[in-house]
Order: sequence, then structure tokens, then C-alpha cells
Amino acid sequence: MEALMAVAVGALVACGVYLLLRARTYPVILGIMLLGYGVNLFLVGMGRVGAGAAPILTEGTSDYVDPLPHALVLTAIVIGFGMAAFIVVLALRTRIATDTDHVDGEEVL
Amino acid sequence: MSGHLTILPVLLPFATGVLLLLVPGRSLRLQRAIGLAGVLLLLGVAAALLAVSTQGGPRVYHLGGWPAPFGIVLVLDRLSALMLALTAAIALFSLLQAVQGQDRSGPLYHPLFQLQLVGLNGAFLTGDLFNLFVFFEILLIASYCLLVYGSTAPRLRAGVHYVVLNLAGSSLFLIAVGTLYGMTGTLNMADMARKVAAVPAADVPLLHAAALLLLMVFALKAAVAPLYFWLPSAYAAASAPVAALFAIMTKVGVYAIVRVYTLVFGAAADPALGGLATRWLLPISLITILLGMLGAVGVRELRRMQGYLLIGSIGIMLAPIALFSAGGISAGLYYLVHSTIVMAAMFLLSDLIAKQRGGKDDLLVQGPAVTQAGALGLLFFVGAIAVAGLPPFSGFVGKALILSAVRPTGWMPWIWSLVLVSGLLAIAALSRAGIRIFWDVDADDAPVAVRWRLLELGPTVALLALVLGITVLAGPITLFLDAAAEQLLVPGEYVRAVLGGAP
Repeated sequence: MEALMAVAVGALVACGVYLLLRARTYPVILGIMLLGYGVNLFLVGMGRVGAGAAPILTEGTSDYVDPLPHALVLTAIVIGFGMAAFIVVLALRTRIATDTDHVDGEEVL
Repeated sequence: MSGHLTILPVLLPFATGVLLLLVPGRSLRLQRAIGLAGVLLLLGVAAALLAVSTQGGPRVYHLGGWPAPFGIVLVLDRLSALMLALTAAIALFSLLQAVQGQDRSGPLYHPLFQLQLVGLNGAFLTGDLFNLFVFFEILLIASYCLLVYGSTAPRLRAGVHYVVLNLAGSSLFLIAVGTLYGMTGTLNMADMARKVAAVPAADVPLLHAAALLLLMVFALKAAVAPLYFWLPSAYAAASAPVAALFAIMTKVGVYAIVRVYTLVFGAAADPALGGLATRWLLPISLITILLGMLGAVGVRELRRMQGYLLIGSIGIMLAPIALFSAGGISAGLYYLVHSTIVMAAMFLLSDLIAKQRGGKDDLLVQGPAVTQAGALGLLFFVGAIAVAGLPPFSGFVGKALILSAVRPTGWMPWIWSLVLVSGLLAIAALSRAGIRIFWDVDADDAPVAVRWRLLELGPTVALLALVLGITVLAGPITLFLDAAAEQLLVPGEYVRAVLGGAP
């Protein structure tokens, strides 16, 4: 389970960084979003990964996970979602104003 | 009541912002009145908190009465109070400039301005690492909108870079926070300061990695080399009042570095970590000074030049801070106050000058005579002297404090030479700009019929007068900052105030 999480986080971040370094706004936005997913998954993992483990401690519980990172992730998801919506609109406005979807707002030959 | 004073710098702009959304018909006149009243009140609150902070130790506000480390805390100490007061002052003058007409650029200008203040004040007050992230996001999203308002092509271009960079920075911030939480099981900075010392030896490299990741995020916000490339174009594209307000935004990064690296990763918690910050921060801040000032010498536009001068000044304030000695932090903070005020004034002034040069705008080329060359030239001269750090203004006092604070350390030759060379380069850059703009007049180019009334010059004049004020009051300010630095270097007091009980 933990190995699977680690591979998933690694793959998401790697793809995110690769796309982030592209020169067109659309791949860059996808990259930002993938990076965000990778980070969110990483945060969930910080509360320990385990199936069937109790999130709330009671007498005699030995197998438990920390629920707090889930609350943090919820916040991070909401912020990330808002930011994604904003940057999509910003990229569209830039495309209209500059007539190109290059991240520098001008075609580099 | 006085117990709740600590949360007012967050609540007040928030309430003002919400109120501004409810203004019937988006009446600009009413919005301006409410916005200005809100900022004036905020200035009053910040002044009261500044007075409160000098009495006794850090004041802790437990939100909802939940005990730390489980609840969220706001902490007011001398450093936070200073940053709050500085923010309120800059916000007031920037808003006074904006209401002269530049607030027409977008329908939600005034509410966003207040939200920006919520984010700034919250970041300065919070005692919780995750809340620092949340307040960063609040101030960033407000700044994204304020930056691209007007939707001109250069603004949008700069906006895309700025937004993408900061989103990537936020991701790194979350990774660092997640790693720290995984190791210490807490997000409360005071609690973390205790737990960091108890991290098992096998986890120490991971802790160092997380600490350096945080340093990188804060360095991106503060525009330290090599993470400053976004700043000149973003600040040059923004409207003048927004750029003036942004002068305080880079200081959030500086504040976060000072806070986190004295409290959580300070030498008190772990000597190896304290040394870690100095080892990285000092060289990069020295490189920042050099690159910022060289950039200022090289650019062709006045607004962009101010951006580079701002970057150089960040390096100048971070170099003594990176030593994490009482004298170094105090000197660095004095320079921070000086640089924020004077750079805000220069951003406003650059715009006033550019608008009197018609099509030449802020390009440093031969152009028409500036319509009010006398008044604007005088203001530019005063501002330039203050930026370059020549006597008699606060830049000189700040640099003198820095030079004397770093004298006993091995870094002295490096810091002395770079701080002094930075002054020379700033003079070169600013005199070139002054000569091109005010003396290199093309007689065939008809002057522009734009004249500023006294009211429109007011905020710039007031900010420069404030520079004079902090020069005259350098004595009391330095005493306050010395006490602030002492407070920062004894994090036990902060930790006790938040968590209570024995150190």
C-alpha cells in the first residue's frame, strides 16, 4: 500500500514538473494541477497509510491513522481548485489579448 | 476587549471587504470612503498593538478558546506588531493614490485590496505553519487579481508567470509542511520548536531537507536570487498603487524566514539547523544584492529599475539577518522598514513621472520635457538619495547599522564590500535615469498636458516624509528593534507564552 502511494506521488509529481516546463499555457496548467494532486496525496500519506485503521483513538486501539492530514488536504484541495479555475481564465484572457498561448505572451522563434 | 485586539488586524479588513461587496450599485464614491475608513481604523489598531507589544512578552490569542497546540493561535510579538504597522501605513498611502482614479481598473478593486490586507496581517500574526500557508494563499489570490486588473497584454503576460510560479511555490510549501507534520506531529510553530529538538538522529537529514524546502519557498516570495526573475516584470506591469502595496509583499517572505528560522529551526532548537540557514542564506543574499543592483544598472525602463532596486534591497536586509545575531537582525529589520517605505514611494513616483512623458512613458530615452520637472525632479532626487543609502536619509542609517552589526564576524569583508558597492551601483543607475528623464529633453517633442495637483502628489510626498521621520526617530526605532531581535533570539519565551508551563 505504502509503495503504491509512493509510486503514485512520484509519478504525479514527475509528470507535473515535466508539463510545468512546457512553453504553452495549457500543458503548464495541467502540470500545476498534476503537481497539486501529487502534493495532496503526499499530505494524506503523512497521516500514515493503512486500511481498516481507526481514525479516532479509544481504549485499547493499537492500529490507528491520523485524521488531521485529511482535513489539511481538504483545505489544500479547495484552494487548489480555486487557483486552477483562476489560472484557466487568466490563460484564456492572455490568449485573447496576446494572440498566442505561449507562456511568454509572444512566439519565440 | 483588549484581549481581542490581537485578532482585529485580520477581522477588520475582512469585515470591510465584505461590507464593500454589499455597496449598492458599486458606487465608487461610497467604496472609496469605506475602504479609506477601514484602512485608517486598521492603522489605529496597528498603532495600539505596537504600543501593547512593547509591554511584556508575546501575547497569544487562542481562536475559539481552544488550548494550543490543538487550537489555532495568533501570536503578537514586537516583530509582528512592527510588520502590522508597516503594512497599515503602506496600505493607507497606496489606497490614497488609488482613489485618485486608478481604482477604476476593475469592479472589485476595493474588496480585493482589503482581502490582500487580511492575508498580509494574518501571515504576520499566525502561530501555525499551515495557517501561514492559508494566509499566503489569501494574499496571493488577491494580489493575482489586483495585478492583472486592467487586462492589458503586459499585465496578463506578467500575471501568468507570477501565478504559475507562486502556485508551484505553494506546492513546495505543502510538501515541506507535510514532511514536518509527519515527523513532529504538530503544525503549531511553538510546539514544533519543542519537537524538532527531539527528532531521532535518523530523521535529522529529512528534517534538514524540509527546513531548506521551506527556506526555498520563502526565498521565492521574498524574491531572493536565483528566484527573483518574476519580480521586475510583475511590479513594472502592475498599476502604481498596487506595486506600492506589493513592496510589502516581498517582506512577507523575509518575515517568514526570520520567524521560522529563529523559532522553529533556530540555533536554540538545534545548533546544526541554525548554521544550516546561515550557510545558505548568507551567500544567496549577497548574490541577490549584486544581481539586483546590476539589473538596475542595465534596464531600460524606470519601473523595472525600481523592481531591481527592490531586489537589491532584499539582499541587503537579508545579509545581516542571515547571521541570526541580535545586532544583525535589528539592523536588517531597520533596513526592511526603510526599504519598504522608500520603494513604495518610488513606485508611485515612477508612475507620476512616466505619465508626464507621453508615448515615451518610463523608457529611459530622450523624450519630451517632464511637465512638472521641478517638483517631480526634486522628489526623485530625494527618493534616489534614500534608495542609494546616502546621508542624510534613513538608507544611510540602515546601511551604517548593518556595517557595524556584521563587523565582529568572519563574513565582514564580503558584506561590507557588497553593501558599499550596492550603493555605488544604485547611484549609477538612478543618476542615469534622472539624467535621461529630466535633462535629456527632445525640444521637438511637445510636453504632455498632464499636470498633477497637490493631492495627486500627496501620497508620494507623505511616504518620503515618513522616510525622513524614521531617520529622525532612528534612535527610538533602533531601541525597539533591538528588543524585537532579543525577543526573537530567545524563542523559549514565545514557546512558553503559547503552550504555557515549563520551558
